[in-house]
Parts: sequence; C-alpha cells; structure tokens
Amino acid sequence: MIAVSLSIDETCLVQSLREAGNKLDGTEGEAVLDFSSVRRIDPSALLAIEAFAGIADKKGVKVVLRGVNIDVYKVLKLMKLTSRFSFVN
Amino acid sequence: MTVSEAIQERVQIPLAVEGLSAERIAYLEGLVSQARTAAAVFSQFTQEDVDRIVKPMVLAGLEQAQHLARLAVEETRLGVMEDKVIKNMVACEFVYNYIKDKRTVGVIREIPERNLIEMAEPIGVLFSLTPITNPTSTVLFKCIMAIKTRNAVVFSPHPKAWHCCAEAVRIMYEAAVKHGAPEGVFTCLDSPTLPDNAYLMKHKDVRLIDATGGPGVVKAAYSSGKPALGVGAGNTPVYLEKTADVNTAVVDIIVSKTFDNGTICASEQTVVIDDEIYDAVLKKFVELGAHLCNEKETRLLERTVIDPETGFMQPMAVGQKATDIARFVGLSVKPDTKLLIAPIQGVGREHPLSVEKLFPVLAVYRAKSVTEALRVCVDVNHAGGIGHTAVVFSRNEEVIRKFGEVINAGRIIVNSPGSIGALGAVYNDLVPTFSFGCGTGGGNSTTDNVNIFHYLNIKRLARRTQNHMWFRVPNQIYFNMNAVENLRQFPSLSTIIVTSPLLEQIGHVDIVRRHICPKTHVHVQVIPDAEPEVKVIAEGVEALNFYKADQIIALGGGSVIDAAKIMKLKYESPEADLEYLAAPFLDLRKRVAQFPTEKVHQARLIAISTTSGTGSEVTPFAVLTDKASGRKVTLADYSLTPDVAIVDPQFVMSMPKGLTADTGIDCLTHALEAGVSNYASPYTDSNAMQAIRLVFKYLPIAYEHPGDEEARCMIHNAACIAAMAFSNASVGVNHALAHAFGARFGVAHGRANALMLPHVMAYNAAVPTKFMPSPYTQGYVAHKKYAAVADLLGLGGHTVDEKVKNLIQATERLLDQLGFPRSIADLGISREDFERAVPELASIAFEDPSGRSNPRMPMMKELEELFWKAYEGRGAKGECKATPASALKPTTV
Repeated sequence: MIAVSLSIDETCLVQSLREAGNKLDGTEGEAVLDFSSVRRIDPSALLAIEAFAGIADKKGVKVVLRGVNIDVYKVLKLMKLTSRFSFVN
Repeated sequence: MTVSEAIQERVQIPLAVEGLSAERIAYLEGLVSQARTAAAVFSQFTQEDVDRIVKPMVLAGLEQAQHLARLAVEETRLGVMEDKVIKNMVACEFVYNYIKDKRTVGVIREIPERNLIEMAEPIGVLFSLTPITNPTSTVLFKCIMAIKTRNAVVFSPHPKAWHCCAEAVRIMYEAAVKHGAPEGVFTCLDSPTLPDNAYLMKHKDVRLIDATGGPGVVKAAYSSGKPALGVGAGNTPVYLEKTADVNTAVVDIIVSKTFDNGTICASEQTVVIDDEIYDAVLKKFVELGAHLCNEKETRLLERTVIDPETGFMQPMAVGQKATDIARFVGLSVKPDTKLLIAPIQGVGREHPLSVEKLFPVLAVYRAKSVTEALRVCVDVNHAGGIGHTAVVFSRNEEVIRKFGEVINAGRIIVNSPGSIGALGAVYNDLVPTFSFGCGTGGGNSTTDNVNIFHYLNIKRLARRTQNHMWFRVPNQIYFNMNAVENLRQFPSLSTIIVTSPLLEQIGHVDIVRRHICPKTHVHVQVIPDAEPEVKVIAEGVEALNFYKADQIIALGGGSVIDAAKIMKLKYESPEADLEYLAAPFLDLRKRVAQFPTEKVHQARLIAISTTSGTGSEVTPFAVLTDKASGRKVTLADYSLTPDVAIVDPQFVMSMPKGLTADTGIDCLTHALEAGVSNYASPYTDSNAMQAIRLVFKYLPIAYEHPGDEEARCMIHNAACIAAMAFSNASVGVNHALAHAFGARFGVAHGRANALMLPHVMAYNAAVPTKFMPSPYTQGYVAHKKYAAVADLLGLGGHTVDEKVKNLIQATERLLDQLGFPRSIADLGISREDFERAVPELASIAFEDPSGRSNPRMPMMKELEELFWKAYEGRGAKGECKATPASALKPTTV
C-alpha cells in the first residue's frame, strides 16, 4: 500500500522531504518519492534524505525512490544510504 | 544551523580512546563526516563545474599571497616573507597553469591506437598533514589540487603553523564554496595533536593520507595501513664539476639555498667541487656574500646547529637567516652575509654538517677526481636524501648522465637551483609541486612531483582489441605437373641441391638439374631421409660455404626441406644459436628469442616437395634432432619460410600407398585444426576449407589409384594449401597428442594423427571444460566451423550437432577406407604399456606448443582421456564410437 507518494523538486528538495516526513504520521505501507526531476543533490539534500529515512524507519514505513539518476545513486552509495531504500525506475 | 553543524550534531558520541576524549573523537568524526558528505556530493560535478571553482580559488590565493606569507613568518618565525609570497604565488599561479587544461573528471585521456580510455574517479576524503617550513603554500597547493580532482580534505597543519594554515584553508574554502563547491569540502583541525592525527590516519572514511613534513609524520602515514603520499626529508648533494659555468652555478646555489632561508627540503646541502675549480668557486661565493668558515668556525657551527646526539639539524636553526645563525653560534660575519659555507672532509656522523640543514649553511667538499666527487655525492644522497633531490652543474654530458645514473633521487636538477628547480615549472619543465615524492628509498610510493594525478584513481577502459593478424607464405608458389620447369627463371652461380639418397637414386635429382639455369654450378648434398641432425646440418653448411652457394634447392619430404631451412639459417647467420632460437613462446609476435636479421651470405631457398602432407615447402617451421643430447629442437619463424615453393605432382606419382594415406591424413589434420584454431582468419579458413574438400574427394582415389594424375595433383596441392592455412593459424591438440604418442611408440606422424582425429574433433565440438582465452574469436565457434565443413562436403544434417556427427563419421569412414588401424590397441601396444605411458604422454602433449592455438583449453586429465579414447578406438567398421558433440558434457577436472 502506498502511504505517501511525492514528486521531488530539486530546487526545494529539503522542504519537500520535510513535508513528506510529516505525512508519514499515522500511515502504514510505502512512501514513494519520485526523484525523476532531481539531477543532482547537495549536502543539505543528503541530510534531508537521511533524516527522512530515519523517520520512515521509526514509523515502519518502507521508502521507495523512483527515477533516481545514476549520479545521485552513486552519492547515496558513497554515503552508504542505498540499503535504506528501495529503488524503482 | 549550517549543514556542517547538522552533520556534526548527527555524529554519535563515541567512547574515548587512548589520548583522546569522547568529545574530541566526536569532533574528529564530525570533520570526517562533513568531508565524506562533501566528497560524495562532489562526485556529481562535471569538469566544467570543477574548473569554474578552481579559477576563483587561485585568484583568491594570489590576492592573499602576501597576507598569508606575513602570517606564516610571524607565526613560525621561519623563512623570508618575500620568498614565502613567491611560494604562495607559485602554489597558485604555476600550479593553475599546469592544471587548468588538464581533464580530471570523466574521460581524462583517450589512446585510440591502444583502444584505451582513461577515466578519473575521485578518491573521497583525504587527510592532509602540512609542514611548518612551507605552511601556507602547501595548503594552497593541496586545496587547489583537491578541488580540481573532486576530493574533500581534512587538514592537520603543523601545530606551530596552525593559524596561518587555518587562514589559508579558510580563504580557499570560502572561494570554493562561493563558486559552488560542496559545503564541508575543506576542514581544518583546531589545535591538532598526535593522537588526533593517529586517529584520523586510521579512520575508515579517510581514503588517502597526504603527509608533507618530517620523517615522523611520513612514517606514521605509511604505518597507518592507508594509502599514503608521504613526502619528507631530503639531503641534496650537489656536484659542481670543473666544466660548469662557475658564475652561474654559484649564483644559482645562493639563490636556492637562501630562498626562504633554506626551508625547502630540496635545497642544496653539500656541494662537492672539483679540485681544479675549488678555490675559484669559494672565492666567487665569498664575493657574492657568503662567509667561508675556517676550521675553528666550522667546528663551532657543527656543535651548534647539529644535535650531537641525534645527528640531525637543530630545530632552532631551521629557516633562520645566516647572520642570525652566525650571531647565535658566535661567528663574526659581515652584516649582509647570505650564506655560511663550511668545508667538510667527509660524510657521516663524524662530519655533522653533511646532513640536511634547512637553513643557509652549506657544506663544501674538495674532490680530487670525478670518481671521488660522485662517491661523496652518493654518500650524501644516502645520508638521509635517498629518492629526494640532487643537483649537478656541468657542461660534460657524460658526467651529467653518470651523476643521474648513480644518484637515487626523484629529481636530478641540472645546471639550475635545487629548491626552486625541484618545485617545477620555474627553471625546468618538471610538474609544479609542493610535495616531492622520494620513491621507495624515501619510504614513498612515488618519485614524482606530487600532482593532481596522485589525487585520482585512474580507471582504464580497455576495449577488446582486434590484434593484427597476418597471412605469410612464400611469395612464389608454382604448382601442377612439370612446375619444376620454373626453376629456369632463377639465376644462380652456385646451387646446392639438398636431397635424400632415394630421390637421387630414382632420378628426381636429374629432373631438377635439367631445369636449373645452364651456367649454374650445381652440387648435390645427399642427406639421410630422416629428421635432420646437427651433424647433417653442419656438413650442409660447410658445403654451402665451400661452394659459396647463392641458391639452395631442397628436394624431398619434410625432413629434407627442414634440413635445408636450417642450413640456410646457419649459412646466412653463422652465429645463430639454434637452442636459443627454439626457446618456447606463446605468441609468435611477442617471442623473446628473435631470429637474426644480419646476414653474412644470401641464398635463395627453393623447396620442392616430394610428399603430399607436411607442406614444409611453405611453412615457417623446421625440426632438428640433436642425437648427442637426445633433444629435438623445433624452430618456428617466418624467416625460415622458403622463398619459392614448387608443388609438382610428378615427384609424388610413385609414393607408396601407406605413405599416401599417412601424408594425406596429416594434410587433412592440418586443415581441420587450422580451421578451428584460435588463430584462424578468413584467409586461413579459405585455404583450410579448400584443402579439406580436396582431401575428401581425391585422397581415396590417389590411395586406390596411385597413377591417377589428377588425384595426385589435387592432393599435392591440398597439402600445400593446408600448410598455408596452418602456417598462419597453427594446428591444435591433435598434433600435440600425435607428437607425444608418435615419438614414444615410434608411430608415423600421419598415422598417429589419424588415431586421434575423430576423438579430437568430438572433443573440440563439445562445450569446453575450460575455454581458451582468444582475442581473435567471437564466442566459441569450433562446432559451427565443423558444421560448415560438413555443409561444404554435402554430408547433410539439420542441426550443428548432426552436422558435426556426420563430419566425424565421414572422417572415420575415410580412415577406414585408407586402411588405418582403428585404435592404438590395434597397433599391438599392450594396455599395460600404454597405461604406464599415458601420464607422461599427457604431460608432453600439454607442453607441446601446438595445443596453444586449440579452441578448447586442453586440461591434463582431458588429454589422458583423449589418449584412452584413441586406445580404445573408434569401434567396428562403419560405426562411430567417437562421442557425438551433443553427448559430450564438460568434465570436472
């Protein structure tokens, strides 16, 4: 079951993830974040992604990242974050 | 809250470790975590992004060069402010000039002729230790390199140069982040300590340690277990040789040794001067502002600036002015003295001033000869300066090169200042740097001037390369009945016909004689019709020399033609060592033992084959037997290939049936093996296929009707055509097995081949247990090529397996038709004898070079199995006992 589905905008990625985190309250199932339009992430975005994963973990919500480009995926890999998400195209 | 603070906050407070509190560890973890995040984010940047950041950093460094130099001198009390400005500017401008057009992201170099592409991968987090002697310039240099290569750096400056370094890091960081670098890309430890450094050097997220400093720091870096660039102390010897331009040399040495008060570790330490110019050189030093110490002053200096216990320089002298050192020591010198010069009589602990002195004190040594001078330079080099820097002033190229040979230094500076010369890009074309790799002698991993390429993992994208192939055969081949008449067109004053007794006896030699140019002197060298021996070759070469031959006609089977090839080789190149030339090789083009190209004589070799099998008239091979040692020497080189081949069937019309069958099957084996060889090409395939077609069609006729001229002619041609194929594609495991078995049990080569052939075809057609590496083929194709042969022969079948099976059965029928025994057992060899022989036979077959081009990698156990299949045989007449391709599964060995 998809609890949250959100399209992430690169220009307000931190804000979007914060809002998505709030939406996880009282939900069950998967949170699907669409990264198709995210070309690149910066350190603050990384922190926000990590924080979102932490919230999702606590609430038992599985996080699915959709459309993550290979450059962003490599950043997540270097930060050892990929194991905390599922990836779909 | 900034990202850096957020990252810092995220770090879990770890337990304290020895020398570090939990809070301090959390702080260190925070720095690394920031750097790691920055490095990860940085990996997304393009070359353009990076270059857009680097330039403003460089400009910021240039603008702040004086500010940083002033801070450095105030804080460290070392060096000369004006010189440190220069150093800072070199670190920015010269380094930028070197790196600005270099690619450090994505594809950094393409080498199309080698099908290689080099690509850059950033390292990640670097932990960088910077020295007290060149503090800000080193920081500027490393920051610029790190950004250019998309790495993040945690800096740990020398504690006594912390403020100026932290300021340099701040300036670089602000310029970088302002222009798009990730936050946290540079961090700088506050009040760094040895435990901090030890902790960070072993941190799991630190990927490379870049340590510039004293031996302790470098050793710690290399002991950490991390990849490290550790660049430390030197002890630069200088040889001022008598042919040098003394005026230039002295000025250069003063420039270098006084630059920043001698703090650059590449600066001159001991100048070894030739006796002839010693006095003039010292006079020039004095004229230009140096103080020449007398013996008493030298002793005083030694005791003061060198620690008598450790033998190393006293830190209090490092980077001080000559006049200050003189005052401290108690020497009376002129107020404008630039340099203190101390004559020494040797190198080592008894001569304290022969060590590294990072201050304007220079040792000088008078050498009575070049040998003595080089010896003293080597001694200085080995007294703490291995791998670092050395300097030579000379106009004698031989001396310069000898100096370069005997001195172990990453930088050997010629006729220019050591310190500024080693920095690169000012006096020479060395890569500009502030880190000197000292090679293994200095405990370092490189002798390079450390640069951007040491801050990268360079990946190599290696595309499959279609190696050049070849098709080499004699440039003239004459074939069909009476082709021997073509001999007339080859002028010769002296010709030797190499042949066998039988051929002379039955009149073949006379036929040849008739067609040789009329005025030619002809000598006939009759040799035994057996594998040529060393003695036979020697006699032949003696005859060639005696008659001053300009032409050799080899008339005979494989043995005679092989003998003639080797005679020609030894005649033209008497120094050729046959044992050496027979050295094993894997790839003909890369062989170690090269055949001679210098020749004392030139002789044309014309080969006329009198059997239809070996094809020796067109091959680059020759076999020689050394009876004395019991060894067989196989030579292979295209220079052995005869110049002219004559394939005239009149010489094979009288071949007996057995020989016809044996040589015919040898020819078929050549063609089948060349066809599936890993070296097969469209050129060899066309020959192999044609030879196979001719054998299947004409060999039974030639066998049954020896007088059939057409059949004889076609089989004779087939042998030559198959030989052209295997001369260029080689043979395979069938020959390897046949060589081993034939030699051990005295079975004729063609017969031995026949016994193995169906089994080897089935073996090669099956899925290999182990594939043979082969850049020449696309996938595994042996079975498909057998199927293509079956199609050519019209054997029928719908699938590849069926076609392979049909080909094997057709081959077996042919063997039966030719009266070959069906098994090794049929030869009367007992199972016990064979069983005893098999392990050694397999070992010999494995070593045989023929197997190296086989499509399937022959495993030892498989070779034994093949021998046993051949022993058991191919079953009753008309039945195929050889396992069909589809039934063969890879076996586990």
